[in-house]
Amino acid sequence: MALIRGFGLVVLMLCALSAWSAGIELRDFDDPVKEQRYRDLTASMRCPLCENQAIDDSDAPISADMRERVYQLLDEGKSDTEIIHHMVQRFGDYILYNPRLEQRTYLLWGLPVGLLVLVGVVVALIVRARRHASAKALSPDEQARLDALIARKESS
Amino acid sequence: MKRRWLLFLLPVAFLGLALFFFERLSQDPADRDSALMARDFPAFEATTLADENQRVDQSLLKGQLTLVNVWGEWCAACRQEMPQLLDLADRGIRLVGVNYRDTRENGLAFLNEFGDPFAANIFDPEGDLGFELGVIGAPETFVVDAQGIIRYHHKGYVSPEDVRNRLLPEVEKWR
Repeated sequence: MALIRGFGLVVLMLCALSAWSAGIELRDFDDPVKEQRYRDLTASMRCPLCENQAIDDSDAPISADMRERVYQLLDEGKSDTEIIHHMVQRFGDYILYNPRLEQRTYLLWGLPVGLLVLVGVVVALIVRARRHASAKALSPDEQARLDALIARKESS
Repeated sequence: MKRRWLLFLLPVAFLGLALFFFERLSQDPADRDSALMARDFPAFEATTLADENQRVDQSLLKGQLTLVNVWGEWCAACRQEMPQLLDLADRGIRLVGVNYRDTRENGLAFLNEFGDPFAANIFDPEGDLGFELGVIGAPETFVVDAQGIIRYHHKGYVSPEDVRNRLLPEVEKWR
């Protein structure tokens, strides 16, 4: 029993340690929706110092500051868009894993859709051309040759 | 088919995109510009490092071009760049420090030991002003023109070469 209890304690301590080492603070939220928004927001922002970690997953002091700020802004009742704008104003578009849709990102967001439409148009054109070709009348040469073949068959 | 030549567009487009992505990917993301470039130095209210009763705000940076250096006693690269900052101050450039995430005691001891090139130091123990500036770690240096607009941003250690090749030309440009 004592062994099991001791083991449980070690597991608990390890959990606490891993939560601490991933820089995750324990936070109180008055409502679960806010908590989910906090999780989503901190997962959607890149740590400006460490190249490929979200701020919810990073030990860097700046990430801790940013998590704290997200928490404060949520507490003040700011919307997700306002919070993202607040962060981008200070740290730049770099922190967004998903670039926002704006004039200079139209190409980025539009290119996949544009290519898909283009492929669709090309396929439709090819199909139409083929269908047209199969229904086309024979050329005079071909018609003459066909007539000759039929005549030979009939005369034999 | 007369339109067969259109097929050549495929490899050309592929090559073009590949070159474009290659060029973009070989850029160091750490070299990106500050989000505050060409914007007003953020509004703030703080005390100075030397005097807890002296209040300062963004008007401190208006009237003449200023180099704003974000530093802390705990930051090793800040010590190494002090000779360069003293050199800049000797050339008649106005420097204002932001004492970032530091204590008064440590900050003042640092200036005693390594010299004080700063006309004033903004005391920022919680890193609030640093956050507004988008600072991700000391040292960082900003060129702020006489209108209080951020014109240049240098991340990290300022070497003597950086002074010659980057900071001095930028100071000349915006003076």
